[in-house]
Amino acid sequence: MKKSELPQDKGHLENFTREVCYVKNAEGKYEADLSVGWEVKNDALDNAWSDIDERIEQSKKSFLDGTSSQVAYFMERELMDIGVLSGYTGFWKWQIKRHMKSAVFNKLSDKKLSKYAEAFGVSIQELKKPNL
Amino acid sequence: MSEFIHNQTAHCENGVTLSLLKNQGLEFMTEPLAFGIGSGLFYIHIPFMKVNNGPAISFRTIPGLIFRRTCKLLGVHMVTRKFRSHEEAQSVLEDLLKKGIPVGCQVGVYHLVYFPKEYRFHFNAHNLIVFGKEEGRYLISDPTMEMTTSLLPEELDKVRFAKGAFAPKGRVNYVLSAKDVTNEKLKSAIKKGISRNCQFMLKIPGGIAGAKGINYTAKQIEGWREKYGEKQAALHLGQIVRMQEEIGTGGGGFRFLYAAFLDQASEIFGNDQLLKISDKITQSGDLWRDSAMQMSGIYKGRLNTQKDYLDTANLLREISALEKEAFQELKRIKL
Repeated sequence: MKKSELPQDKGHLENFTREVCYVKNAEGKYEADLSVGWEVKNDALDNAWSDIDERIEQSKKSFLDGTSSQVAYFMERELMDIGVLSGYTGFWKWQIKRHMKSAVFNKLSDKKLSKYAEAFGVSIQELKKPNL
Repeated sequence: MSEFIHNQTAHCENGVTLSLLKNQGLEFMTEPLAFGIGSGLFYIHIPFMKVNNGPAISFRTIPGLIFRRTCKLLGVHMVTRKFRSHEEAQSVLEDLLKKGIPVGCQVGVYHLVYFPKEYRFHFNAHNLIVFGKEEGRYLISDPTMEMTTSLLPEELDKVRFAKGAFAPKGRVNYVLSAKDVTNEKLKSAIKKGISRNCQFMLKIPGGIAGAKGINYTAKQIEGWREKYGEKQAALHLGQIVRMQEEIGTGGGGFRFLYAAFLDQASEIFGNDQLLKISDKITQSGDLWRDSAMQMSGIYKGRLNTQKDYLDTANLLREISALEKEAFQELKRIKL
């Protein structure tokens, strides 16, 4: 990439940082330069976020109609997958899958609930009754 | 020990390696040298594995290796260790800081408070340097940032013990001492770094890694539209772009970094053949950028026929052939 072609498209990096990129200067030598962002990348990120928002909405609906528990909702909200959630709570993946059923979740002990609450960064109160 | 100097770089692990080495007096170090000696360029598409519900692809070597390889080849005395206990992780950090040793830490970005929300995913292979403590806050040099920043002890603890894939487990990397690196030593390090990178790009069996791995992705992409439907397939492409263009590696970034490394190596060795390879890798970086633009056409909805997917796949095949050729030539150069 030539120095003159380095994109400067504003995006989510604004007010945070500019990126170092290696570009060829007029003499054909590489040098480091700064870019505020690139539209192609910004769009990929926006797209990923709109997918995440949809997933959260979907898990909210599933929770409200009783097909899945709070665990599934908070997991999406915190951008986790079962592997990450297992890491933060110490539960096995199969246990988490069980806890995603409302009937199972409603019988969990406070001790188990507190692990989820900590992983999701909420109180046990909010875990039980999420502010949707 | 002299005052710590912050360096901003394209890639975080290069940045930590660079700053820690410069801080030990290796003033000649640059980011491309750290990346090249550490044989940082790579490609792998891991089948059957998902990251954020998309394909698991990496454009560089496994986290942690660039630092370790570069230090080793330069004959630098470095230490890297993980912890079980949070308390121990913090007390070791404190001890090192008291001795004036800056400490590289592997962290997760999800809970990294100074990162913009849009970039905070459960990505655990970020690197930063803790270089001091003032008024109860750790002083942080994050290579993706233009300035230094700071974190509260509990904020740092949280990111050092992030969970999930590549969980950092409090990992610290630091340099204890560096002898003078002679020109001969530097040359031999560059030579070994290059030859190892050729191995990794050309010799890994199985067809999912190195230059061949790019073809594997091409083949997958051809089937995505039918297999996942337009929406998911487009998201998958977006994920490739995001992996390629992670924060701070803009525009096929790793390829340009490697080209810059060969550029510098050609000067050190006075060898023009390396410049020719550098040009090829630059060309590859430019093609990666073209492919990202093509993919963005798809995920923005401007392009959505099967032919557009085939075109994308063909672009990747072109890159695969070019990188194969470049590394085969690189391998043959006698330094």
